[in-house]
Amino acid sequence: MLLLNHTPMAGFELTPSQPAHLEPGVGAPSHCSAEPARYPDKENADPQKVAFLLHKQWTLYSVSPLYKFSSADLKDYARMLGVFIAAEKQKGLAVDMNGELGVRVAMSGLPELRSSEQDPAAVLVQLSLRSSVSPKNSEEKLIWSGWFCCVAGDDLLEDLPENFTCLPLFLVNGAESYTAIVGSWFQKTFDCCFRRLAISPLNLTWMAAMWTGCKVENNKAAMELLFSVPHLPQPLNISYAIHPEDAKALWDTVQKTPGEITQEEVDVFMECLYSHFHRHFKIHLSATKLVEVSTGIASAHCDGIIKFLQSQYLIGVLMLLTELAISQIQ
Amino acid sequence: MAVLRPFDKLPELNSAAILLVGAEGGPQQQLAEAMLREKKDFNINIHLSSSLPLPSERDHLRPRIDLIAFVIDIKSKYSLKNVQASLAYVDVRFFLGKVCFLVTGVGRVNSCSVEMNAIWKLGEDYCSPVLFCELELEGIRVATAQRLLRMLQICAGRVPGVSALYFSLLMRNSAGD
Repeated sequence: MLLLNHTPMAGFELTPSQPAHLEPGVGAPSHCSAEPARYPDKENADPQKVAFLLHKQWTLYSVSPLYKFSSADLKDYARMLGVFIAAEKQKGLAVDMNGELGVRVAMSGLPELRSSEQDPAAVLVQLSLRSSVSPKNSEEKLIWSGWFCCVAGDDLLEDLPENFTCLPLFLVNGAESYTAIVGSWFQKTFDCCFRRLAISPLNLTWMAAMWTGCKVENNKAAMELLFSVPHLPQPLNISYAIHPEDAKALWDTVQKTPGEITQEEVDVFMECLYSHFHRHFKIHLSATKLVEVSTGIASAHCDGIIKFLQSQYLIGVLMLLTELAISQIQ
Repeated sequence: MAVLRPFDKLPELNSAAILLVGAEGGPQQQLAEAMLREKKDFNINIHLSSSLPLPSERDHLRPRIDLIAFVIDIKSKYSLKNVQASLAYVDVRFFLGKVCFLVTGVGRVNSCSVEMNAIWKLGEDYCSPVLFCELELEGIRVATAQRLLRMLQICAGRVPGVSALYFSLLMRNSAGD
């Protein structure tokens, strides 16, 4: 693991060429030229309510629209799911720890996780285990959480037939066995399809550029990029850490219009970082695969794992992830 | 300047030469072997290079190059930059159908590091066909080898009545978008 302690890049020459108009490409978000303009401060989720979503590792799935899903019947759904999980355990298919006390399912809505009234309200599913210490006032331990959400899903919402609810992004924290059970119940009940959402290195570079441009107070977290080197007998990872002030200074030099990002600007930004690295280490990072991006705002891994670090930009990150989920569904 | 020129040398009897340019570690070697395995009625010389310009010391030993295929791996931005830098060392008369771009690694969209628009733009700027192939798969590799052999035959002038200029039909038609 190589760690580069970045020194301020004063006098660094940049020659960005004409920004190209962004067209939808393979794997590239289609509306990203307007993305940062839609990180609105006034529509932010209440920090208290969403604090439990931060600093946890969430695995990403894309979900096709749900048929005949109603947010008014969440209690019934929770009951049915609880029954289903108990049945699965009887079959011996589930991971079983304290089987006799059972798993309690709670489903609730998260209305604050949306960008406008057109988005359907997010749905949170939580599985908790009743502890065996004192059955009377049993303390419940949260063992699994998953939530569906849709932030600015205008593309998919436009042509949606009746009876369909569009919640294309699903985030999971917890054991894989429970994810499989909950997923299969939703697939059977609402005729939808879950797929792991992977993030391509191209999209990771977009995230790196966008998140670097966001202003965060007291940001001590370095911007870190993790690369995996291909074609080697033993796996080799290169970690490139950049001081957040320097990264932001570089991005501010590259970005021409605040509130708009083009593919050209992202390319120039990454090119500067790569050539700086090459000058010191003679390694071409552009020949490696970018697998993880961590900034003060969030951290994303190419296997489809995300961690939110700031409630201020939560909606913005969810907007981008929703777009990726939608492009995988379509 | 060691620029590759299409008509500097005399053609050899019953043979044709193709130059595969692509970053090291790519699938060029396997593609070359697939081409050699194909049945053909003329001799082919396959030259592999990681970039241009070619070293000038051995220049007198090289035959006339009939077709240049630039290999771009969509998983590596470096391969695209390498190809873009090498294009400067190709004489402009090569771009009348004697150059093509092979884009590999397209099977795995989730590993793509190169933006598609950049590839389309490259093909349009240099008026050359862009062939998408997954060279890591055996079947597609063999099919691409056959296709390249056919293009090489035409570029070397071995097919009467068909010239390399016809390859503009293989290009993406921007008027139809």
